[in-house]
Amino acid sequence: MEAGTPDLIKLEDLEAASGRLSGRKHVLSILVENRPGVLARVAGLFSRRGFNIDTLAVGPTDDDSISRITLTLDGAVHPIDQVTKQLHKLVNVIKIRDMEPGETIAREMALFKVSAPVESRAEIMQFAEIFRARIVDVSRRSMTIELTGTLDKIEAFERMIRPHGLIEMVRTGEIAIARSRPDA
Amino acid sequence: MAALKAEGVEHIFGIPGGANLPTYDALYDADLTHIQARHEQGAGHMAEGYAKASGRVGVAMATSGPGATNLVTAITDASMDSVPTVFITGQVRTDLIGTDGFQEADISGITLPIVKHSMMVADPRHLPDYIHAAFHIASTGRPGPVLVDVPQDLSRADIEYESASGPPDLPGYKPSTDGNIKQIRIAAKAIANAARPVIYSGGGVINANASEELRALARSDNFPLTSTLMGLGAFPAPDDQWLGMLGMHGTRAANYAMDEADLIIAVGARFDDRITGKLAEFAPRAKFIHIDVDPAEISKNVPVHIPIVGDAKKVLPKLTEEYIALGADSSRTAEWWDRIRAWQREYPLNYERNESGEIKPQAMVEAMYRATGGDAIITSDVGQHQMWAAQYYHFDRPRRWINSGGLGTMGFGLPAAIGAKVACPDETVVCLAGDGSLIMNCQELATAVRHEIPVKVFLMNNGYFGMVRQWQELFWEGRYSSVEMGPSPDWVKLAEAFGATGMRVEDTGEVEGAMRDALAAEGPVLLDVRVSPEENCYPMIPAGQAARDMVG
Repeated sequence: MEAGTPDLIKLEDLEAASGRLSGRKHVLSILVENRPGVLARVAGLFSRRGFNIDTLAVGPTDDDSISRITLTLDGAVHPIDQVTKQLHKLVNVIKIRDMEPGETIAREMALFKVSAPVESRAEIMQFAEIFRARIVDVSRRSMTIELTGTLDKIEAFERMIRPHGLIEMVRTGEIAIARSRPDA
Repeated sequence: MAALKAEGVEHIFGIPGGANLPTYDALYDADLTHIQARHEQGAGHMAEGYAKASGRVGVAMATSGPGATNLVTAITDASMDSVPTVFITGQVRTDLIGTDGFQEADISGITLPIVKHSMMVADPRHLPDYIHAAFHIASTGRPGPVLVDVPQDLSRADIEYESASGPPDLPGYKPSTDGNIKQIRIAAKAIANAARPVIYSGGGVINANASEELRALARSDNFPLTSTLMGLGAFPAPDDQWLGMLGMHGTRAANYAMDEADLIIAVGARFDDRITGKLAEFAPRAKFIHIDVDPAEISKNVPVHIPIVGDAKKVLPKLTEEYIALGADSSRTAEWWDRIRAWQREYPLNYERNESGEIKPQAMVEAMYRATGGDAIITSDVGQHQMWAAQYYHFDRPRRWINSGGLGTMGFGLPAAIGAKVACPDETVVCLAGDGSLIMNCQELATAVRHEIPVKVFLMNNGYFGMVRQWQELFWEGRYSSVEMGPSPDWVKLAEAFGATGMRVEDTGEVEGAMRDALAAEGPVLLDVRVSPEENCYPMIPAGQAARDMVG
């Protein structure tokens, strides 16, 4: 449907462009002004509009006056264009990027504290090695393992380690950056 | 103060208190008129009435804690109805913030979900910048309320005011207003191919001062037009092309036309549930063009086929021009008009007139229309009287009908009338009040008397929370639960106690005369009109049902 065509637009050809559910996970990378209360505005917007945040990570950027909020949410439940349009209405929100899955590097870090009596230590260390995780603390009964990777990798490691007795797990939530173009 | 004056502020509504003492001290010899309200909610609604009547930014001030929390309803109301307003609250001293200090309330936090934006002043030297940014944000794009919270110690600081050079620097705030010309062309072509088009206009047209532009589009090819409650007056009523209001208490012609339309051109309207009824059955045959300055409104409730993000004042003339250039055949809507005319003949707005002296509420609104010559600014509270006013007072110009639509705030009418009268002192301003609503902010009669603001309150007194009673009658088996108002107050005495004129009328033959007397009298007047207690407001779409299910 080209605006320049001389024909009239047939009404039956028109399709609603937005308001649809994408059905997949979305990673939104949001640049916000680094001011007090901005995170509260973003979080408040999500709860007020009934949008569910799956993960959330906040940190500085290369510019002191700007912070980045990376959040993931389920596009099967929420129309993402409505979420981003509502976010854009916040005056402190500068830019929103809905990261393209194929062109994005996304990582999360997790710390696992695992029950580790002497007899099972070898096996746990072996798992850690397979997943390229690092053991960052050891005590008589437990080990703490640091793992960085994609969401799938972290969840896979969790499944492996859980039968050994997972005492505590801490995850950062995903952060993401766009891949450079090959020629850039 | 200098920053406020630079923004063209002439009037401020508010109440002083501990935390805004320094601000009020500066007000003492500032060249600004301060209207001292009697409750901060009243001050807030006055600022709204002022803004809605004039299109200028309304300003309300309150102290910290309870003063600020009393503003919350007015701020929410301004948010729901997109009213350009700036609320300036006092806050406790910076060293007390977070300590639960005396009269401390986290008003920035409390109001986060209901403001367009808010700012807490951290450096007194930037206070003028905050004020300018607040006015800019409140009045541009989709208008709305902005809160500026000023800690007491910072408002004491004596700063040099340098006038602002250009618009404030807001990297995250760039409303788009022009409308994409390609989209506008596609819309024009779709309209040219529509056999059953309807223009559905809302409060956004009033906010954008785009009534002339809307009329030009409608006139470009005899398009039928309906407006929301908030959009009344943008198109003149009555008129050959006017279908009446749509929605829950709209006309059958308007609602049936939406139901059968093949193309709906929504302008500055947001598909509220009071318009759509049951969403799944709303306008099932229609494609939608949606013109709105707020992109988030587009496809929020109803998926839209041709979205146009922009200011109605800029978009509508382009759309009209593109449409006219296509030279479409006007006769294609002839059958459509036949159908609409048939509905209009079959289902006109009507009510049972009676021979006794009983005052029918609809007759009261008609009397008000005659007594004011149809030429007054009418404010209202929320309920049956509001709907009857929308149905029977034929608004033919924008900014003449001021009411609380989105939030539905009872008690809005009187303070809004005061604000409107302050903004437009040469206009007749009437508050059509309900007895359930009026008492919620009746303290503002004192404000009207004290500041000699001659608003006229025509009280539609049926002794009930009438709309709630109607729902209990129709949908809750007539089990009237806490809807009777009882004998208190005596409204005439109450008006007199405040120093206003109190009048009462109980016979239908005397209503119009009494209204004329009230309009001619000096100063604020409260006219207590005793209407039929159990009249129902019809027609109506029961909540959650579709246009075809209209009753009454």
